[in-house]
Amino acid sequence: MISVQQKDFNVGDEYHALIQDARSEGAVVTFVGLVRDVNQGNSVKELTLEHYPGMTEKSLKSIVQQAKQRWDLGKVRVIHRVGQLALSDQIVFVGVTSRHREVAFEACQFIMDYLKNQAPFWKKESTEQGDKWVDFNDKDQQAMLRWQE
Amino acid sequence: MNKILFFGQLKERLGCANTQVELPYPSSVAQVKAKLQQRGGLWLQLLEQGTVLSAVNQTMASDDYVINTGDEIAFFPPVTGG
Repeated sequence: MISVQQKDFNVGDEYHALIQDARSEGAVVTFVGLVRDVNQGNSVKELTLEHYPGMTEKSLKSIVQQAKQRWDLGKVRVIHRVGQLALSDQIVFVGVTSRHREVAFEACQFIMDYLKNQAPFWKKESTEQGDKWVDFNDKDQQAMLRWQE
Repeated sequence: MNKILFFGQLKERLGCANTQVELPYPSSVAQVKAKLQQRGGLWLQLLEQGTVLSAVNQTMASDDYVINTGDEIAFFPPVTGG
């Protein structure tokens, strides 16, 4: 299930929803991304997340579908927040269940790596030096390309 | 007629969230960019080939993708979510 929303999420609730009715799934991996105080050398006060409504949901769905084709997964949950966020606010949640841990770890990383490169979100940081759009990081592209080797 | 959307820093610098263009069909994504670049100034500079990403009907598209009538086209900088 995919959600793009302004409001915050509760990791406990999401975890319980993921393990509900789990029978053969013995592994749950979750990832949460937070707003960091220093990014690309700037001291961050606040973050604004812009997105492309419609395409955002479509691209996240396609990423989850690719992960499900690649691995035998139980449930997958992705939440991405948009709008104004404060320091240490939660930005993104990815949760994956599967029979064994290796697959759950890998699928969770795969989804985050593709999200970072393909989902149409843009971060603008409010810093001491004024507002600044976050630059795309080559490291994120390398992280995605390793799945294509 | 095709609707064109802009996002992120590109939208902010162009001072334009969306516009419309009349295209000859078939036109490629690269031709749409070239047509917008004819507006000159920042349009010319910021839509320089290779520096912006493109989507057609909300799916990433390359420069040689062929546009149909009514397709929604979008241009934006590399994405930075997560």
